[in-house]
Amino acid sequence: MAFTFAAFSYICALVLDAFLIFFSIFHIIAFDELKTDYKNPIDQCSSLNPLVLPEYAIHILFNLMFLFAGEWFTLMFNIPLIAYHIHRYLNRPVMSGAGLYDPTNIMNQDVLNKCQREGWIKLAFYLLSFFFYLYGMIRSLISS
Amino acid sequence: MTSQMNTLSVTQTGFDKIWGHENVDLLQVRNILPAQGVETPRIRLRQEHLNNVHCSLDIFRCTLTKIPETNSILQKSRLPLGVLIHPFKDLTQLPVIQCQTIVRCRSCRTYINPFVYFVDQRRWKCNLCFRVNDLPDEFQYDPMSNSYGDPTRRPEIKNATIEFIAPAEYMLRPPQPPVYLYLLDVSHAAVETGYLKLFCDVLLEELEKIPGDTRTQIGVITFDSSVQFYNLAENLNQPRQLVVSDIDDIFLPCPNDLLVNLNESKRLVIELLEQLPLKFNNTTECNSALGAALQAAYKMVSPTGGRITVFQASLPNIGPGALKPREDPNQRAAKDVPNLNAATDFYKKFALDCSGQQVAVDLFLLGGQYMDIASLSCVSKFSGGCMYHFPSFHYIHNLPQVERLEHSLRRYLTRKIGFESVMRIRCTQGLSIHTFHGNFFVRSTDLLSLPNINPDAGFGLQVSIDENLSETQHICFQAALLYTSSKGERRIRVHTMCLPIASTVADVIQSADQQCIVGLLAKMAVDRSLHSSISDARDAIVNVCVDVLSAYKATMSSAPSGLYAPSNLRLLPLYLAALLKSVAFRTGQSTRLDERVFAMNQLKALPLSQLILSIYPDLYAIHNLHDQVKQEFGDMVIPQPPRLHLSAEMVDSAGAYLLDTGDVIYLYVGRNVHQVFLEQVLGASSFQSLPEQMFELPELETNESERLRNFLIHLQNQRPYPAVLQFIREDSQIRHLFSSHLVDGRTESSLSYYEFLQHLKNQIK
Repeated sequence: MAFTFAAFSYICALVLDAFLIFFSIFHIIAFDELKTDYKNPIDQCSSLNPLVLPEYAIHILFNLMFLFAGEWFTLMFNIPLIAYHIHRYLNRPVMSGAGLYDPTNIMNQDVLNKCQREGWIKLAFYLLSFFFYLYGMIRSLISS
Repeated sequence: MTSQMNTLSVTQTGFDKIWGHENVDLLQVRNILPAQGVETPRIRLRQEHLNNVHCSLDIFRCTLTKIPETNSILQKSRLPLGVLIHPFKDLTQLPVIQCQTIVRCRSCRTYINPFVYFVDQRRWKCNLCFRVNDLPDEFQYDPMSNSYGDPTRRPEIKNATIEFIAPAEYMLRPPQPPVYLYLLDVSHAAVETGYLKLFCDVLLEELEKIPGDTRTQIGVITFDSSVQFYNLAENLNQPRQLVVSDIDDIFLPCPNDLLVNLNESKRLVIELLEQLPLKFNNTTECNSALGAALQAAYKMVSPTGGRITVFQASLPNIGPGALKPREDPNQRAAKDVPNLNAATDFYKKFALDCSGQQVAVDLFLLGGQYMDIASLSCVSKFSGGCMYHFPSFHYIHNLPQVERLEHSLRRYLTRKIGFESVMRIRCTQGLSIHTFHGNFFVRSTDLLSLPNINPDAGFGLQVSIDENLSETQHICFQAALLYTSSKGERRIRVHTMCLPIASTVADVIQSADQQCIVGLLAKMAVDRSLHSSISDARDAIVNVCVDVLSAYKATMSSAPSGLYAPSNLRLLPLYLAALLKSVAFRTGQSTRLDERVFAMNQLKALPLSQLILSIYPDLYAIHNLHDQVKQEFGDMVIPQPPRLHLSAEMVDSAGAYLLDTGDVIYLYVGRNVHQVFLEQVLGASSFQSLPEQMFELPELETNESERLRNFLIHLQNQRPYPAVLQFIREDSQIRHLFSSHLVDGRTESSLSYYEFLQHLKNQIK
């Protein structure tokens, strides 16, 4: 039983990943509300936009910890999502504030479906990785 | 056996002819353009009595007059499914009714319409969600004959377009007064163009005709590097100018009296309009703080809602929303065009704020230099406004544009207007609306927020089929436009369109509406250019053409050689080839970025008839008009010359031609035109003595002159406001204005129509 940096990063990742799961659930609910006309797109975008960068930052934060801990496999597992996030943010619409969602095109059926699908896929990914981090934490705690 | 087959195919062709399902070999037919205008396909429902009540095709039009049963049939036909709407079109006949309760479906809120099914005298079945609803007692009463009984006699059931005067439930607040605020650019570049005088003169003349009631409010703001307000309070002797130069944090110099009641302060308004053109004559300011002026305008108008009209003649370069020149003049003919999208989101955010407060911003862009229409246009695009562009406007050097501005401005000031409006579009269960096109803000999946609605605005929407529709008898679309009229009444205009269902690919293709398809494709192509690139959009246009013709070939039993199209789609390649050469999508030809972006915005927002004219203008030979083919209106005899293909070989130097592009009609006179035509129609003794510029036909007492004038009047009557008539002599410097519209011919950088067909044929194999 050894409390290594790797074990510490898995514990952090576990906690932070729980936040990410909440984020993606919020995301899915928000887009569902848009689809069913409960919310005005301007309000919805202004509540979603401030959450985009924190989500990315949290995700990158624990991946940096994995990098320093030398957990290569876990890092590899996360790199596609990081790449996707960077790509998505680079191709965002012209906006003065932070965020991704533009109220003028969010109601387009294609964009709406894409965002909702993105939410579900991320939720699945974060859930899977939650259990994987749990496994990783236990493994690094009992190893050596 | 073979002979039997032959007779079979002969009868088959016979039947096809009867049903109008002929096919056309595009490569063989040289004159494909119907001489008397393109026929519009009729909607044929199985219930004969319903075929008389259809909504006018100018208002509501679907790309397919039969909706495919399933999505896979639609995919196989390769045609786009969508609807074009011109909801607030000026109508000569519109039934208006006022009733206590407006009958609507309890679950989907559809308005009762001619295509509903009456289960019995007291119940009706909604044609969009199929719920059975009760009829109120009032509905049994027939206002025409003052008797109770059959509900089918009600005007709601007899007309597919109807207007209701809405009761109080339809108001969130008391109807707003008409509020008009004018923002005038008075920087040096703008004053130089001389637009200010024209604007003030026209507004003075039309002041009485501005739509409104006793509550109408008006205001004026001018701006250069500072913002100037005008206090027009009733009790003042003359208008008082108030200057605010803190443009980064704009404030209103006095809380009220900047927007004044037109009737009470009319004397001051008139005085201001008389003074304004002189006031800035010697200005040396070259900055333009549009952003700050807009923010100030917003502060003034937002408590009530209304219309902000902006005249801008230079690039707004200081204060909030400042823009930088982005166009590289050397790259105007390049293959890929950058900077089609906005440089900043200032104008978009501003428009969204406006849309929330029921304010629309309309733009009149007059600049000679680059003014970044791509960024500026957002302010109108998302607030339900409209845009006009007068490139290189100058009051002396560019008379055609002066004429155009005057015509457009008169129409703009006096046309009907609807305030604080929303439009909801519903469709039968199983269909869903996918994407909207036009100037508006989409507030929810089927609701467009339109702070102002004007009669020249068109909208488009793409529709997708989510479910199998074979259970349904027919498909309905309903557009309901709720607005406040300039008289302070809340009104609802409802249009309903009903379409039958088709179960085979061939049926779908043969029911297609080519003009509507071109209209929708143009809008989709604009979106594609903005999200991806112009070359992508161009490829997509060609691909649609290839796919549709291939899909048609697949439905034909035997595959003959040649390039066959069903007769209802025979003009599709012609229109699409012209679209590729339109200002919006052409490459390889020097095109100013501003003009291109403006053309794209127009493709998104023009009603269909205008859109088709702008893509493929009508060309008529007018040197020998005769009365053999004619129409008669009262005692006016109108000759109907055939429409000609837009190719140089149709234009003879011994002829004279009329080219109708929508808001300008060119009259082209060839060098060797007959002496009789010169004398009898143009009143000139020789070609050389024709004036370089002329905007009116001389009124001569000859048959030839009268025929041409009648024909022109006839053309002018078909549009919302008179087009400018511009003369072009064959040897004139502005001949390119005419020849650039001859889009069937080939140019250095583009294919001719015939080459385009060859290209399609090679692709289809």
